[in-house]
Amino acid sequence: MTPSDTQVEEARSALQTKKVVNDFSIRVATVNGTGSQTSNLVLLRALFQMGIPVTGKNIFPSNIAGLPTWFIIRASRDGYLSHTRDSQVLVALNPETAEEDVHTMPTGSAIIYDEPLTLDRLRDDVVFYAVPFNKLVTPICRDPKLRKYVRNMIYVGVLAHLLAIDRDEIARALNKQLGRKKKALEMNWAAIETGWQYAQQHLPKRDPFILEPMDQNRDKILIDGNTAAALGCIFAGVTVVSWYPITPSSSLGEALIDYMKKYRIDRETGKATFAIIQAEDELAALGMVLGAGWAGARAMTATSGPGISLMAEFSGLGYYAEVPAVIFDVQRVGPSTGLPTRTMQGDLLSTAVLSHGDTKHIMLFPGSAWECYTMALEAFDLAEEFQTPVFVMSDLDLGMNYWISDPLPYPDRPPNRGKVLTEDDLQRLGRFERYRDVDGDGIPYRTIPGTPLPAYFCRGSGHNEQAEYTERPDAYVRNMDRLARKFETARQRVPAPEVIDHPRARVGIIGYGSSHYAILEARDHLRQQANLETAYLRIRAYPFNEQVEAFVRRYAPVYVVDLNRDGQMRDLLKLDLPAELTPRLRSVRHYDGHPIDARHITDDILSQEASL
Amino acid sequence: MSVTTSSPKLNRIGLPLAAYKGGKTTLCAGCGHNAISERIIEAFFELGVDLQWVAKFSGIGCSSKSPAYFLGGTHAFNGVHGRMPAVATGALLANRRLIGLGVSGDGDTASIGIGQFVHLVRRNVPLIYIVENNGVYGLTKGQFSATADLGSTLRNGVVNDLPPIDICSLSIELGATFVARSFSGDKKQLLALLKAALSHRGLAVLDVISPCVAFNDHEGSTKSYKYVKEHDDPLGDVHFIPSYEDISVNYEPGTTRDIRLHDGSHLLLSKLPEDYDPTDKMAALRMLDDARKKGEHLTGLIYIDTNSKDFIELLNLPDEPLATLPVEKVRPPKEVLDEINESFR
Ligand SMILES: Cc1ncc(C[n+]2csc(CCOP(=O)(O)OP(=O)(O)O)c2C)c(N)n1
Ligand code: SF4
Ligand SMILES: [Mg+2]
Repeated sequence: MTPSDTQVEEARSALQTKKVVNDFSIRVATVNGTGSQTSNLVLLRALFQMGIPVTGKNIFPSNIAGLPTWFIIRASRDGYLSHTRDSQVLVALNPETAEEDVHTMPTGSAIIYDEPLTLDRLRDDVVFYAVPFNKLVTPICRDPKLRKYVRNMIYVGVLAHLLAIDRDEIARALNKQLGRKKKALEMNWAAIETGWQYAQQHLPKRDPFILEPMDQNRDKILIDGNTAAALGCIFAGVTVVSWYPITPSSSLGEALIDYMKKYRIDRETGKATFAIIQAEDELAALGMVLGAGWAGARAMTATSGPGISLMAEFSGLGYYAEVPAVIFDVQRVGPSTGLPTRTMQGDLLSTAVLSHGDTKHIMLFPGSAWECYTMALEAFDLAEEFQTPVFVMSDLDLGMNYWISDPLPYPDRPPNRGKVLTEDDLQRLGRFERYRDVDGDGIPYRTIPGTPLPAYFCRGSGHNEQAEYTERPDAYVRNMDRLARKFETARQRVPAPEVIDHPRARVGIIGYGSSHYAILEARDHLRQQANLETAYLRIRAYPFNEQVEAFVRRYAPVYVVDLNRDGQMRDLLKLDLPAELTPRLRSVRHYDGHPIDARHITDDILSQEASL
Repeated sequence: MSVTTSSPKLNRIGLPLAAYKGGKTTLCAGCGHNAISERIIEAFFELGVDLQWVAKFSGIGCSSKSPAYFLGGTHAFNGVHGRMPAVATGALLANRRLIGLGVSGDGDTASIGIGQFVHLVRRNVPLIYIVENNGVYGLTKGQFSATADLGSTLRNGVVNDLPPIDICSLSIELGATFVARSFSGDKKQLLALLKAALSHRGLAVLDVISPCVAFNDHEGSTKSYKYVKEHDDPLGDVHFIPSYEDISVNYEPGTTRDIRLHDGSHLLLSKLPEDYDPTDKMAALRMLDDARKKGEHLTGLIYIDTNSKDFIELLNLPDEPLATLPVEKVRPPKEVLDEINESFR
């Protein structure tokens, strides 16, 4: 079916009347295992280079090849970096989902599709562009095995033409993605050119969506949270890494390997200033980290939910025997294997008290790729200062998606190695007792093996101040109370929350982690749509700093935004806050595995406000 | 400490035997594990090991408690059940200068910890790994462990009808570089093997049969004192000659072997069975299998490989410990971060 003349006319006039510039999103629907990620990243990067605020969300399956995958690129001239559920431009290349994909698009959308799918029969309130991908790819790529990959570059060219993406920027972005692979570069560029020319010759513009250069990304970088986290670990001076592959944390381990090999080989000796071990499982991974931490190294592991569950016993040992460790939990959807490639903030409650007995852990909540880096630096300092495991609670959205960010800052202070006993300390204190609270902050001194200072027997069984085995009730209680005191000290030292007060605000919003940008956008919606001014507090660590309580006292109700079914942060706050404040807490929850979007938050808060 | 009238014998670094002792044992009187602790004390004393560099590791069990009862002034990490290999690996990577000594039990190693043990062996982590093997879980009161022999009985008469995991055969299969079996009651052999293990670079597995007097020392048990004494089948005599002792040896070819260890020490194996070669994997496995079929406990140095690289070498680690590298070595300069930031623009 070809569009009737009147339809074309209508679309043309629509284009004339309301050109939509830099404020729409592109959804690319493909089959996974066809290299579409490269094409999508070229697009994302090109927009970034054009100075347009942009985000990319990869909605991918837990599979190597053959299942549906979507990539959503959002351009936002207003600078919103969160996910959006609505797209206005669709590239429909997956026969299995194509019909459903077409039906989800709003009226007036532009749809580029693979010609044989004849999707134009489905609707007449959108603009269709048919592209014969197979016909176009054959002359470019002789090798049928490579063809399915190269084929996906064609839509980059088509979109570049239709949306007016700068061709030089596309070339630069492609260069960046494929780097030194010269042959691949040539072939892919040919595909882009082909798409471009096809669009130029056969697809007159009938939709209103246009991209124009801006100047919003000057001095910004485009980075995924896992890479940023790995870099943070490297600049924190990590020396022992032990990990077991699991999505979505694997790319953190892999980035560590790549960068360590490049930047942490001693120039003079050619020796590695690090050890990275792929452990046999997550139990071993954390065991090695604790062994190394006990022996004085900065050691870390990265994992996701199933690995966190396996690390429970060792986490308790780290807490009780007081051994520093840094654990990145790049959260994914549980319970159990759950949705391994989808995002969630689902491990808060279990990690806060991971292991049996009275265990409590420090958790950090990065809210951006930038904080994945800075909190890695902070995590190592805190782990050594408090001699305890520190969990950095990232998630798939932060870790694996690409974010516009300020450049990563060079650390402004030397690593804080905590209370490692020195000869002078020994003189001053008169004697060494591993678990005595000599400074009143709950944090004892430690010695590390391989030094002439006194040794101690580190154990997960009951111990007294001298680290001797004991089952005495008084010694046990003293030790547990000191550990609780130490946790209280941590309250003041962990990253403080970020607070945005507002004089006219009655309602407060508490968020953490990857919901940050969606909350910022939702606050604008609430103001614009409902004249509802809100205050916002972003939690950056557990235990909660006293500012959290003060915030809940200032505002009511306070909406706690969680990416999980049960409102885990809300529950953790309930455990921590004075009972009279807990009725103020309300919950906004999102748990379908996709990144949270602003509209979800806005709608939920407005409906709860309406029912007040 | 009391002052003795006659000055005690000092070792080559000027320390008395007492410096190598630990806390008073809380294990049962007569427990094989206690005898092993004593041999450890002797070995470290006699070789004059500097205790500052020793790090003891253990899992959970009666056996795993024993590091509190020897080498008292040294650092120790008593972790969780079956996971000592990981802790030791991490610590030894952090500080390659440490002399790692791990003590585990047969439950700790062959049941809950078998996964970690297997990978410890594969990695050839430089660690002395002693399994105090009594065929039962002592600390949880006498259940069978995975090393219990077929047909061996519990005190209540229950018969073990599952095949045992042979820690020595398994280790050899997995590429272990030092595999020995001994008996807690054989002072001379165990002492020599412990000293040899201290001179080996790489993982040294010592599977030491160590009777549990409380739960597995009865008639019908194949790991009772009586049974082991009657069925101990030593692979000749072992004699350790430290690197600092210059002794030239004459030995009869054929039945004696002189093995040069990494630090220049020697292990002399004499009265060996005809054509036994402890560097021959298949021969070692066959011997173990033959002995098992006969219901005997083959003891001695069973297999050794002094050529393979240990894990530290494989990882290309520097001479200084990773744990104490100065910040300049582990935090790249600002220019590196600038370059990295640039790559993301
Ligand atoms: C995770 C876990 N499960 C079970 C136990 C209980 N437990 C303590 S020691 C032990 C068995 C120890 O046997 P073995 O290693 O042979 O040591 P032995 O006491 O015989 O020397 C068990 C099952 C535990 N401590 N931890
Ligand atoms: S129960 Fe057995 S293994 Fe434990 S101390 Fe007593 S004799 Fe030794
Ligand atoms: Mg046992």
